[in-house]
Amino acid sequence: MKIPKTLKEMPLTPLSLPTIGSMGKTGTWRTFRPIIDYSKCTKCTLCWIYCPDAAITRRDDDSPEIDYEYCKGCGICANECPVKAIAMKREEE
Amino acid sequence: MAQIVIDTANHIAGYAAKAARVKVVAAYPITPQTTVVEKIAEFVENGEMDAEYIRVESEHSAMAACIGAAAAGVRTFTATSAHGLALMHEALHWASGARLPIVMVVVNRAMGAPWSIWPDFSDSLSQRDTGWIQFYCADNQEVFDTIIQAYRLCEDERVFLPAMVCLEGFILSHTYMPVKIHDQEEIDAFLPPYKSGWTLDVNNPLTHANLVSPDWYMEFRYMIQEAMENAKRLIPEIDKEYGKRFGFQYGGLIEKYRCEDAELVICTMGTMGAEAKIAVDNLRREGLKVGVARVRVFRPFPVEEIRKLAEQTRMITTIDRHISFGMEGFLATEVKASIYHMKNKPLVAGFIAGLGGRDVTFKTIESIAKKSMKWLEKGRVEKETEWVDLKE
Repeated sequence: MKIPKTLKEMPLTPLSLPTIGSMGKTGTWRTFRPIIDYSKCTKCTLCWIYCPDAAITRRDDDSPEIDYEYCKGCGICANECPVKAIAMKREEE
Repeated sequence: MAQIVIDTANHIAGYAAKAARVKVVAAYPITPQTTVVEKIAEFVENGEMDAEYIRVESEHSAMAACIGAAAAGVRTFTATSAHGLALMHEALHWASGARLPIVMVVVNRAMGAPWSIWPDFSDSLSQRDTGWIQFYCADNQEVFDTIIQAYRLCEDERVFLPAMVCLEGFILSHTYMPVKIHDQEEIDAFLPPYKSGWTLDVNNPLTHANLVSPDWYMEFRYMIQEAMENAKRLIPEIDKEYGKRFGFQYGGLIEKYRCEDAELVICTMGTMGAEAKIAVDNLRREGLKVGVARVRVFRPFPVEEIRKLAEQTRMITTIDRHISFGMEGFLATEVKASIYHMKNKPLVAGFIAGLGGRDVTFKTIESIAKKSMKWLEKGRVEKETEWVDLKE
């Protein structure tokens, strides 16, 4: 993408196209780390739906996988999981 | 075919939204909402208006929905009043910053506390710096015509800003007047379909209003200021073209009445501008050379027009239906700022009148003019801000 130099080259309002990690590796912001216990997971995909950062992907069998490079550790997935299969652990632990 | 409708300014605003072929109306339906959106709901319900009517849970949400709709590339309308507008405040900035040409009717009502349902400009003038264009109307016909003109202006690629069309509560909002609803084909010719500057599209996703570093923020602000300057140039042009087509014209940014040889010009806004014409006619019969300049557009402010007036006259008296606490009326401030660099400045006196719906009749305006004339004879303004009819 060409970076504008003057007003005339700028858009009316800032617009950005979808790109992975436009704010950098936001996973470094994390204090708590979600850890999935796959033995409890029912593959309901609720965590995938609720993740506000789209940092959870669905595998072929619908089981979730967390992308720790971008997961900020907000804990919404752990809160929403109906079978308590996601635990939040302190990063340094 | 054109038709004459006798109705309130609120309902007339609904007719104008329909005539502008608005596609999305988002509105909070409860107090302080007005019958503007009731009329529109009726039009949508009976199939006269092909629009999506979104009922929301607050004015903040109403503006958020308008932003979404306008960003999706359709003509968008809403209406509110007083505290509803105050609740919208944050979203107003997002609308102008995203350069979305939303048109909103503001039924001017005083702000609480103490609670009031009567008119003054404290609601919309509190939103002065949100980047919205502000029109102030003097009668119901002007409400209709200004809404049509506002879309034409706001959707111009040199502008792309939202606008408020303001009308005083009760004085206009609940008063029946005959209004000419112009021929739909003529309106369509004057106001072509909306072409957005940028559009949200599910097939080509993008994010707007995202984070901007200090390296770029100022430039985006400067572009809004440029758009305001462009609007200042375009408003008189659009008003003139509208006048030719439909026979109604409002002087562009400022409506002048008997100002040519006036020693004193009364500068005011809204219905006080219409009332002042009666006062001027009476004063002229007494031999006093008085004129009226009704500021129709408060943002962008008609600085050059005020300067032209100031060159021709010896005194400008402002009447503000608003007070900027700790200072004075906004009109007084803006007029003085406009003429600061002139060599021979006229005197400027500021009057505060009609707050919370107190009547400002032609008699009130005549007494303001006579007091101003006395100060003009003495060559100095004895009181910079005078509160009219105050129980002292």
